[in-house]
Parts: sequence; structure tokens; C-alpha cells
Amino acid sequence: MSVRLVDGEVEDVELRIFEPPRFFEALLRGRSFREAPDITARICGICPVAYQTSAVNAIEDACGVEVTDPIRLLRRLLYCGEWIESHALHVYMLHAPDFLGYDGAVAMAREHPREVERGLGLKKAGNEILTLLGGREIHPINVRVGGFYRAPSREELRSLVEPLERAREAALETVRWTATFEFPERTIPCELVALSEAETYAIEDGRIVSDQALDIAAASYDEHFAEEHVARSNALHSRRADGSVYLCGPLARYTLGSRWLTPLGREAARSAGLDDECRDAFRSIVVRSVELVYACDEALRLIDHYDEPDAPAVDVEPRAGTGYGISEAPRGLLYHRYTLDDDGTILDAKIVPPTSQNQLAIEEDLREVVSAYSSLGDDELRDLCEQTIRNYDPCISCATHFLTLDVERV
Amino acid sequence: MIGVGNALRGDDAAGLAVAERVRALAGEAVAVRVCEEEPTRLIDAFDGADIAFVVDAVSTGAPAGTVHRFDASGSPIPSLELRSSTHALGIGEALELARALGRLPRTTVVFGVEGAEFTSGARLTPAVADGVARTAATLLEEVAACTSER
Repeated sequence: MSVRLVDGEVEDVELRIFEPPRFFEALLRGRSFREAPDITARICGICPVAYQTSAVNAIEDACGVEVTDPIRLLRRLLYCGEWIESHALHVYMLHAPDFLGYDGAVAMAREHPREVERGLGLKKAGNEILTLLGGREIHPINVRVGGFYRAPSREELRSLVEPLERAREAALETVRWTATFEFPERTIPCELVALSEAETYAIEDGRIVSDQALDIAAASYDEHFAEEHVARSNALHSRRADGSVYLCGPLARYTLGSRWLTPLGREAARSAGLDDECRDAFRSIVVRSVELVYACDEALRLIDHYDEPDAPAVDVEPRAGTGYGISEAPRGLLYHRYTLDDDGTILDAKIVPPTSQNQLAIEEDLREVVSAYSSLGDDELRDLCEQTIRNYDPCISCATHFLTLDVERV
Repeated sequence: MIGVGNALRGDDAAGLAVAERVRALAGEAVAVRVCEEEPTRLIDAFDGADIAFVVDAVSTGAPAGTVHRFDASGSPIPSLELRSSTHALGIGEALELARALGRLPRTTVVFGVEGAEFTSGARLTPAVADGVARTAATLLEEVAACTSER
């Protein structure tokens, strides 16, 4: 990241991401439509379910297929597992050390072993859902276009109840714990975009809505959002079609949909001091914790409502056309679009991951943070910038000190 | 024995290949696990083990197929970040996390197989495949030594 300050005023902030492009969209061209979920699952080791779900949503849309209720339920349950795993990892191993003044999770674990064990326990509960439904913990292999290769029995799903009940308790403790942190003030001014589904907290599908009256189907995504390549960074930047900045992810989901959390989730949020909306970037850790409560609670509800489907998947016959799919990855919207020919060969693919969608909002926020805290020394400023970036849980928030900060003070 | 890596990224599969080989050669004598991607899973894999061998691909600039051996039992391995990782902890950090929580096996040895080619869809390069075979052989010798000590 480079910052140019002139007389203490920010003139320029640039964030460059070096993760090399991996050309997945080109890799998909010429492959069978049935391969898309397995190929795209490999894009991310933390959120393969998000990639698989957006892929099957898009391909089923292209082929004009609707899946049955039990299959939809299993997809949502699998996705809850991914939210639990991803949020637990981010809250405990990556983000909490920032707030408690540690260099990273290892240093924090030496003084807060109970909390770190709690985070690992939560993560494990998410893993257990993934292992049972996905066939294995990482890169699930049980997901297919039309549903699953094998649907679990009610009995098998019941084996998840006890670990999930424990996880729900741990998630409630997580909310209480993160609520005690100190939060620098940072209000996100931009448009918030999330999925919306009738009477539920949208996860695996939905319409794209915003706090500025956007309400569209995934099929209209390309008319409302544009992706551009910026020379300094390998990550693409998304904007609204009019050029404006938007944010997706936990803050957007919570602000637009907190009323659809379960009573337990809403209560946890209230006791942590959250209102119905939250635009406070640093409190995203509390919102993630509330979503952990919700994901555990929702997973338990889904298990309770599960009836084994007659068939683990519906038949999907290829047809020529374009399909659009979207879902709420733990860190925000994940959009897929596929054009197929009549035998199901993929002719064109477009994937817009949440990190591209949030990149501009992150840069805007960094600019504000640097302006407000420009009197800090370079090291302190770098730590604050890292913490700011981690507020968005992008796919670069990995290493303890991942950020090289060049400050030019003129 | 835990093999770490990504099956679809060329030589990054070295740790997984060692796991496969150890499983084939040692049968049930060695508990073999694989860990693709998210390394905090290592910590759960350690549960109940007194002795653990972790094998991953490394990129240090040494000739392809070079086998590095680190004893992590008493102190951290040289690089905390054995493998560059997109948004999770590295293997070194996962080991240190296990140590901080008192969950690191009494003897923990890390083998790093030097890779050359990490492209999507590539196969193991011949020198690395050779390094995989040597790692498996060394590892099994160490297992035999540990077992006879008991």
C-alpha cells in the first residue's frame, strides 16, 4: 500500500494486490457445465461452498431447472458450515489479535488459550457439517449441478446436533467477548449491497438489494455493476454502473437483513450493543460473531426440518443459454455467469468474487483512516491499516503483517 | 504423519504424495492424514499423537527435490510461513498455535520437499517425485527408530 501525504493531507492511497491472476474463467471455457462446481471450488480453500453454490445456481438457471426443497435445505446447511468455519477463523485467528494488541493468533494463544480453543472448537463444528455433507472438509466433492451425489439420512444429520448446540453456546460467548473490544470510530458511508430472500437471512440465493433502493435479480447484475482492471493491482475493482462505490459482506447483510436473524441472533446483537443497522467497520467483528450465532441456530433448525429427498439431485439436461447465480460468501456477494451451448459446453464464464466487489470500498476507507490518523508513526499507521483491511476479511488478510506500507510525507 | 498441500498445484502436492506413499508402505502402522489448504486442521489431527511428522512442499531456492528436515519439537521451524497462504495461517503458525495451546506432539518433525513448479494442473516434476520417495523412506526409518526405542 502506498500513501502520499502533502502537508499532512492525504493526496493518494493505493492498495496493490499481488496474488497472481489464475485465469479460472478461461479454464472453464470448453469444459462441461457439470464440472463448474468442482473446478470453481478450487478457487478458494476457505469458501469452496460459496463457489460451488453460485456455480450451480447459475448453471441451473441456464438450464431452467429448479431443485427440490430438501436439496435447497441441504445447500443452506452446507453453507452454514462454511460460514461457521470461515467466520471462526477470521474472528479468532486473524481479527481478534488486532483488537487485543497481539502480533497474531500465536501470541494471543499464549495468553488467551481458552478463547483460542473456543475459536478452534467453533471452526471444527463448521468442519463437521462440511465433512458430512460435502464428503470432506475442504473442497467438498458431494455437490453437483442439480443437487448432491448422495443425500444424508436424518440419522446422520442428527449426529451434528450436539456439536452444533455446543458451537451455538461458543458463538454466544464470542459475541459477548468481541463486544468488549475497543472500536475506533469508522462509519461506512457508501451504498450497502446484500442478498435478500423472503423472511430469512439470505445466504445461498436471493435478490440483490441495497440501502439505496436497488432490487434486482442476479440476471441483471451486469447492468448494475461493472468490473474494471486497475493497472497497479491484480485484483479487479467493481463499481456500481454509475461509477459509485458499494460494500457487500457482513455489515451490508446485517444492516439490510438483521430483522430476519433468529430471536437468539437478534438478542445476541442487542446485548452486544448493536442497533438494527451497523455501518461501523471495526464492529464488523461483532457482526461476524452474531452471524456465527445465526449460522449455528439456523443449521440446527434446518436439521430439525430435514426430510430425506426422493432423489439426491434433480436431472439437469443442458440447453443453450446464459445463466446467472449469486450467493453470500462469508465475506460478501459472489456472482457467477455461464453461457452454455446446447450440449452443455461452457462457452463463457464470469466470476466476480467478494474481494473484487469490496476492493474500492476498502481503498476509500483506508484513505479516510490515513487522513484521520496521519499523525501516527509509520508502524502504528501500518498496524491500523492492516486492521482496517481485516475489517473486510478480504482474501489477502492472511499473514500477520501482510502489508508493506510506503508513506511519502511531503 | 500429515501430508499438507494442494493436489492440483504441481509440486505443491509433494506432501500429499508422501502421505500416499507412506500409507501404501506402512499400512496401518502409521496413522496418515492429509491436510489440503486450511492448516489449523493440523491441530486437531495432532490429538492423541505422541510423535508427528508433517510433510509439505517448500520453496526456498534449493534444487528441486531437496528434502529439508526441521525438528519442531522444542522450537519453531525456521520460517513461520512454510507455504505462502492466501487467507489463513501458515503451517509454521499452526504448529506454534498448537505449541501455545499445549497440543503439539512431544516429537514433531517437519519435512519440506523443495518444489519447482506450482502451476495449476501441473504434475509433480521428476526431481520432486524422487524427493517424495526419499522423504517417505527417511520418514519410515525414523518411525522404525521411534518404535524400537519404545
